[in-house]
Amino acid sequence: MTHETLASYSNLSLYSAMAVLTLSMLGYAGYLAGLLPARERRGESVDTAEAPERELVAAGGGPVGGGSAAAAAAAPGSDSEGEVPLRARKAGGVAHMFAILGTVLLFVSAALRGGSVERWPLGNMFEFGVAAALFTMVVFVGWGVRRDLTWLGLFVVAPVLILLGLANTVWYTEAAELMPSLKSVWLIIHVTVATISVGLFAVGFIVALLYLAKDRFGADRGILRALPSEKSLERLTYGLHIVAFPLWTFTLIAGAIWARQAWGSYWNWDPKEVWTFIIWVVYAAYLHARVTRGWRRQSASWVAVAGFVCIIVNYAVVNVYFVGQHSYSGL
Amino acid sequence: MSLSTQPKDPRTERDDITQPSLGPVGLLRFAWRQLTSMRTALFLLLLLAVAALPGSIFPQRSIDAVRTADWIARHETAGPWLDKLGFFEVYASPWFAAIYLLLLVSLVGCVLPRSKVHWKAMRSQPPRAPKRLERLAAHDSVTVDGTPDEVLERVRGALKDGRFRTHSHDASTVSAEKGYLKETGNLFFHLALIGVILGMAGGHLFGWKADIILPVGESMANVAARYDTLNTGPLVDPADFTPFTMKLTRFDAEFESDVKGKGQFGSPRDFTAHVDFTKEPGAKVEKKVIRVNGPLETGGGTAFLLGNGYAPKITVKDAQGNVTYSDATPFLAQDNNYTSVGAVKVAGAGPAGKQLGFAGLFLPTAVLDEQGPHSVFPDLLEPALALSAFEGTLFPGGRPQSVYSLDTEGMTQLKNKEGTDLLRIWLKPGETYTLPGGQGSITFDGVERFAGISVRNDPGKELTLVAALVALLGLILSLTIRRRRVFVRVVPAQEEGRTVVSIGGLAKDDDEGMGDELEDVLTRLKERRT
Repeated sequence: MTHETLASYSNLSLYSAMAVLTLSMLGYAGYLAGLLPARERRGESVDTAEAPERELVAAGGGPVGGGSAAAAAAAPGSDSEGEVPLRARKAGGVAHMFAILGTVLLFVSAALRGGSVERWPLGNMFEFGVAAALFTMVVFVGWGVRRDLTWLGLFVVAPVLILLGLANTVWYTEAAELMPSLKSVWLIIHVTVATISVGLFAVGFIVALLYLAKDRFGADRGILRALPSEKSLERLTYGLHIVAFPLWTFTLIAGAIWARQAWGSYWNWDPKEVWTFIIWVVYAAYLHARVTRGWRRQSASWVAVAGFVCIIVNYAVVNVYFVGQHSYSGL
Repeated sequence: MSLSTQPKDPRTERDDITQPSLGPVGLLRFAWRQLTSMRTALFLLLLLAVAALPGSIFPQRSIDAVRTADWIARHETAGPWLDKLGFFEVYASPWFAAIYLLLLVSLVGCVLPRSKVHWKAMRSQPPRAPKRLERLAAHDSVTVDGTPDEVLERVRGALKDGRFRTHSHDASTVSAEKGYLKETGNLFFHLALIGVILGMAGGHLFGWKADIILPVGESMANVAARYDTLNTGPLVDPADFTPFTMKLTRFDAEFESDVKGKGQFGSPRDFTAHVDFTKEPGAKVEKKVIRVNGPLETGGGTAFLLGNGYAPKITVKDAQGNVTYSDATPFLAQDNNYTSVGAVKVAGAGPAGKQLGFAGLFLPTAVLDEQGPHSVFPDLLEPALALSAFEGTLFPGGRPQSVYSLDTEGMTQLKNKEGTDLLRIWLKPGETYTLPGGQGSITFDGVERFAGISVRNDPGKELTLVAALVALLGLILSLTIRRRRVFVRVVPAQEEGRTVVSIGGLAKDDDEGMGDELEDVLTRLKERRT
């Protein structure tokens, strides 16, 4: 196959991924919507949204441990599975299948793009965007193997679709070779790890926002009921960030090694470097805030949210508008 | 102070002072405690993030002095003020340094006492088991075969298999603890950050960097005088530079010409500098290449290929035909299509004691349209020189000036032959232009490429790298390992030969996996029975 054919198949795969993810998003929305009337009809005082969390504790805790003991005590008579209407469950299941299919299609698209240019497909804004969407979906789908994340689907797939839409329109760049400073094995190491950690931070950011929303607007309001408890959401937020943060640290170190290879100095205070550093410092502040006495978990979560806002700025603003050595956007 | 209107008794007045005076030592201790508190560290971290921002928004002098000067000139009011406040030198400004130094002091003040505490904890035994294990958040109880003593022995084994450190304070309990590496990792992470800073400081003190623009065919030696710019750390003596030399024999450049899409056409694709490298005088000449991403280790600094451009060969003759200037003259690229600016300074005095100077553009693929002369592709497809000519004094007052531009203060621009308009010279390779008024001629002989080589030496980089990797390792340990305490108590069961094992777990932070941990211990305990 010629390079042009590969590139066009890559785009075809990307469009298919977007179509499939749209269906997935609708499915997840249907799942959440399907939960609402059922609950409101019954007018239950028991927070049925506990279901996923209870499952999570039961999966981890087994017969031992306080948490699972409490869950076991609450379980009789309120079988959580039974409370999710069949149609909602079906919608959620279908949505999840589509999410997996969409992730595979995104991967195929990135791989074909790489094949068409005979290089690692992380060389410009468009390719970063697709890869960030891919890794966010990989985190979501991969995490979904371990616990039921149907409640989270809509909130992950919708932003991913927006990102893909932007990548396809505003940031689209034709497949081409790399500029000399990008021709390095560090492109594969540094940019890939950076994008993986962005995927993790993205899901962490979404869970943090859901936690803050549930905390702010009350656990019983609307679709917020479908989410796990505040405590559980906060823990999940932390869990995602402690995986993402070392990866981001590695990104910083690998970037410095590469900067020394390509630009002669491992740290140049280039705008992109500055922002990577700022992001690192903000997330470090989040991890500290979480264990600082006198800081509420809510305030700490806001710091995590600020961290991801910095990531968005770093990607969408610094890449395009700031003059620096990282000017690879292809725009 | 008392609000009482009663006459004051000296004795009671003394009692009114409820706050003890801190005194200078107390005040210092108070300040130290504030500085090393977690809240302050957190505040400083957030402040550091905010303080780093302006450096990415405003041009920085150390990165791009020209753009900085331009920005200040364009913002007449804000420019000078921001300059005074250090906004164009953020990372060398006192306020930025104040933040990270305070952070560093705070870090040391926090980490050293914690290291001491941790050192003691590492060498001491887990504490005595609480009386009522069922009060712990995670707890369980099972009945197993065996006498209490036998069972306790098996419990110890099961805990040790789970990498617990165990200790029995009495005959019926075991206290166990694991996850010491969490705090070890945490401390190593923070201490390693100091290593990173020390490495950076070392690089600043003992490092140097030097840049040179080297046209094809020319040689350079690693001596201070040969470089165009040289920055040395305070503790560097250029006399100690290793005496290597290199000659640029060829320079290859490739640009994108297949893909016509936006942002891609004309993008650089590959640059390679071929050099004849001699490690020291008398050593044999080695053929080497320097690429972007492929620097050359010289043994006394690393040579990087950081730029390139064109050096048109220009010859200037006087009216009698004597050569007054002949050189491959580097022109600096201003845009992605290598529209380049440069100047020719004919230092020898011409007629009437006036010096000649030319300034203008070199265009690798020249186009002349309503935008003026500019280049539309970075490679040499249609090269041309567009120059203006000046006469007068090239170096008024002997001030230092850029080699790429003319200081026209002491010069007047030449006019065309008719005297109707300013003289504009347009030359293609091989062409000669005869200057009006018997001033001689200028010839564009051809074009060479030049390589912008930067030689840098940073003796602190290894320390920084190792410290950064240690920090990463420490970080991973501190975030993934759980500090857990497990207590076990055995009591004889009512049935003969069986024992009730109560187990309880205590975690440092909220710890979802504690239940799992206890279950694992009990599973191993049961397996040991066979």
